[in-house]
Amino acid sequence: MPFGGPRKSGPGGRGKAGDKDAKGGDKRRGGGFFRRRKVCKFCADKIDDINYKDVKLLSGFVPERGKVLPRRISGTCAKHQRVLRVAIVRARQLALLPYAAD
Amino acid sequence: MSKRTYELIYVLKPDAPESEVADLHKQVAEIVERMGGTIEKTENGMPWGRRKLAYEIGHHKEGFYVLEVITGSGELMKEIDRRLKVTEGLLRHLIVRVDESTIKADRARTKRTEESRRRRVARGLPPDRQPGEGPQGENEDDSGDMMFDGADMEA
Repeated sequence: MPFGGPRKSGPGGRGKAGDKDAKGGDKRRGGGFFRRRKVCKFCADKIDDINYKDVKLLSGFVPERGKVLPRRISGTCAKHQRVLRVAIVRARQLALLPYAAD
Repeated sequence: MSKRTYELIYVLKPDAPESEVADLHKQVAEIVERMGGTIEKTENGMPWGRRKLAYEIGHHKEGFYVLEVITGSGELMKEIDRRLKVTEGLLRHLIVRVDESTIKADRARTKRTEESRRRRVARGLPPDRQPGEGPQGENEDDSGDMMFDGADMEA
């Protein structure tokens, strides 16, 4: 993997994250291992309005360092990631979220 | 004249006396009135009001947040923005137009409910969910940790 991404392996990650609807778990026979399917939180919880005032929600997508959590980790769909980014940037302007921590 | 809804949030210094907060609000209200707008609501109670800042601004660790929802023209908001920019004792301010996103969210919601009703009817069920039907305890608290460990779990 380029960028030395986290332990998540295989090229499947990006494509799966882009899928709109989750169709059950991603089970594999044979080796018998099981990986939980990544689902866009905003699609799953039916959050239509990603608001910059909702610090509690946004902070889940801003890890300690203060950067925006990438889609390949969070599983957020492209549509919602775009809106999420704007919300985080606005929240940063008002010092509701950090630009960078430490 | 088009009427649009805007949100204005401004952050005062934490040591600002109440009179200063009231004064600034009055200034804003005056501009709004003069330019033919209305203030829909003002909030400086929880979760706004005195609040910890995510980062220090000019050695301040806290700020006093005020949220105002204003209906009016773009010109009006421009004027408010200009005034706030030159106001002293103000740490931050932000103006965001909200009517479009609210409409969009509403539209998405109605579309989804209609879609689910249509599907349910097609399956021969009553259009609305009956009490005690469907998966229970779906919305348990898996907000934070799920996306960190859930994605990387391979066991």
